[in-house]
Amino acid sequence: MLPAFLIKYAEIGVKGKNRYLFEDALVQQMKYALKRCEGEFAIRKTPGRIYLDALTECDFDEVVENLQTVFGISGICPMIYVEDEGFEKLKETVVKYVRDTYPDRNKTFKIMARRARKNYPLDTMELNASLGEAVLDAFPEMTVDVHNPDIYLYVEIREKIYLYSEIIPGPGGMPVGTNGKAMLLLSGGIDSPVAGYMISKRGVKIDAVYFHAPPYTSDRAKQKVIDLARQVSKYSGPIYLHIINFTDIQLAIYEKCPHEELTIIMRRYMMKIAETIAKETECLGLITGESIGQVASQTMHSLYATNEVCTIPVYRPCIGLDKQEIVEISEKIHTYETSILPFEDCCTIFVAKHPVTKPNLEYIKRHEENLKDVIDGLMETALSTRETIVVRCEDSV
Amino acid sequence: MEIYLDNSATTRVYDSVVELMTDMMKREFGNPSSLHRKGSQAESYVRYAKQTIAKNLKVNEKEIFFTSGGTESDNLALMGAAFANARAGKHLITTCIEHPAILQTMEHLQELGYEVTYLPVNSMGQILLQDLENALRTDTILVSIMHTNNEIGSLQPLEEAAASVKRYNPNIVVHTDAVQGYGKYRIYPKKMNLDMVSVSGHKIHGPKGVGFLYVNEKIKIRPILYGGGQQRGLRSGTENVPGIAGLGRAVEEIYHNLDQDVEGIFYLKQRFLSGIQTIPDCKINGYLDERSAPHIASVSFRGIRSEVLLHALEDKGIYVSAGSACSSHKPTVSATLKAIGVEPDLLQSTLRFSFSVFTTVEEIDYTLQSLYDIIPMLRRYTRH
Repeated sequence: MLPAFLIKYAEIGVKGKNRYLFEDALVQQMKYALKRCEGEFAIRKTPGRIYLDALTECDFDEVVENLQTVFGISGICPMIYVEDEGFEKLKETVVKYVRDTYPDRNKTFKIMARRARKNYPLDTMELNASLGEAVLDAFPEMTVDVHNPDIYLYVEIREKIYLYSEIIPGPGGMPVGTNGKAMLLLSGGIDSPVAGYMISKRGVKIDAVYFHAPPYTSDRAKQKVIDLARQVSKYSGPIYLHIINFTDIQLAIYEKCPHEELTIIMRRYMMKIAETIAKETECLGLITGESIGQVASQTMHSLYATNEVCTIPVYRPCIGLDKQEIVEISEKIHTYETSILPFEDCCTIFVAKHPVTKPNLEYIKRHEENLKDVIDGLMETALSTRETIVVRCEDSV
Repeated sequence: MEIYLDNSATTRVYDSVVELMTDMMKREFGNPSSLHRKGSQAESYVRYAKQTIAKNLKVNEKEIFFTSGGTESDNLALMGAAFANARAGKHLITTCIEHPAILQTMEHLQELGYEVTYLPVNSMGQILLQDLENALRTDTILVSIMHTNNEIGSLQPLEEAAASVKRYNPNIVVHTDAVQGYGKYRIYPKKMNLDMVSVSGHKIHGPKGVGFLYVNEKIKIRPILYGGGQQRGLRSGTENVPGIAGLGRAVEEIYHNLDQDVEGIFYLKQRFLSGIQTIPDCKINGYLDERSAPHIASVSFRGIRSEVLLHALEDKGIYVSAGSACSSHKPTVSATLKAIGVEPDLLQSTLRFSFSVFTTVEEIDYTLQSLYDIIPMLRRYTRH
């Protein structure tokens, strides 16, 4: 029998009249994830449920692994379904299911019957009792435990009858595409891909901007960022990655501003550029990987100074996380190995020995005045010469 | 324009090698161990390459063993000889500026209970014979000294070193990693008292993934790979026939006009270095004369990160190597540069330029001009 799955979704069940939008988005994202799997599949939507049927042979683990990248899925239940051929037949089917699914049957269980079709001759209580009895008769080594069983055996009476017992957790969240779009400032580090993942989890589509500084940063550093974007796009869907040549702006800041303030001033211009592109591309916010106090440019004072240039919301999902917590997420989403590759990024090449940790906004603004003759031109050039590439997870490296 | 000045990393393959190998992959795909004609034809190519190399080294054919390259040759030489001679002692000697293929293998042997002495070098990257003599012990079984250093091009007093080892105890096995020296110098193991010599194909305009190890038939050595018993049991595994044939052809080609070619390459290096000497605040590492390899120039540029200069040169189509791979988080500093006492400031500011017979005077001049343009620009943004 070809594998079939019941897809459980949590939050989107409660979205009232918009529910179909969420369900459609979820189906869309499932299709995107299944492109990475061998085999053909059909997705069926019925009220309150989404079913996935394999139409050809497929790799069960591969399917599950890829479904686990689809935000909005709370559980993946491998299941079988059968035609309703009477209750005696159903008992046989349940017994066979238990025999096939659990080679070791020294377990406690509970039948979880449910009738979506209320005209079924037995009610829920009767179903639970009779099917439980059938299982007990067939497998004396099994016992019933209604409070804390090893196995919950779900039997759902619908137009067909569905059997499942295992619920593999999904990533949760909401389907991408149900919540607008935001622009991620993607560096080569550990935090920004995690930030992108976290916001995307709430249903947000993602575009990204990367600041490239040749010859201070290499093509390998750029490739690393593309690789990170590709990994995030497994979850978020295709990402438009804007690559900005930042060298001239960085050098201008270096020449004309105090070196302790380099990073802050640089980040202010990065935010401005990101915001400009965000507005052009209908993004409703910026996303950064900042976490309070992690480095000099991420103290409350520094964030205040950086944030001051932004006119659209800046989402910082890592803000309250410790480094280790961020690392754990990056390991979970497999960006960590790439993030720790040792290539210079634009934030690390011109770091002052003692950068300010409590920048004074007035000073910063005064020092930015030194740039006023050149900066508009430089920003315009940086924006107009940007390279934009679409990164999809199925692209080969 | 593409100017390739990273010939110590790898070299462009000779056209004749490419042609030979292409032809072989299409037609001579036989397994030399097969009993039929297809196999023996393939075998004849392997034998021909072996003869070429044996003749070139003035050694016996059966003393040549093909490997997957320099790293494997070094591993086989060190571990093979250390294991086979363990009963005579467990002391090994090498230098502190060897290639990682030697240093890491030595470290592994240390974990297995061997003791290793690392000879220091002077500021020009050469060992002192006195140090070697002092290090020799009754339980010393193996001495491995590189022929030419890969980072700064320094040559070792190899012949004298080998002679003094043999004077002390003729049973001590002498190995040299000649990956950078072979194809630039004539190496005659018998005359030079070398028992084992490692060579890689892709440093001499041959293919990657192939090399050889010369092993004096008189010494004891054990395999490190086990299998079908090819190459007299020392190196199991079906021979890389096209690779081996290509390697043989590369040896023929590179030694065909060796003296003239090397003279040409050395001229380019000198032209390059005299151009470098006009740039303020640059330091050339190693000797300027014949005591350093003709194809390697190591230069430190004060105040400039090597990686940044490397990428700036890359922008102009010039490919060079950073003396040390560095990163913002984990600066890994070159052991060789440290060993010759390069000051800490310059460790991360060193580039290696390496030339070949394909390098032209115009390319050298263009590279110098590019350096003249780039360096003042980059020095404006010195990291502090």
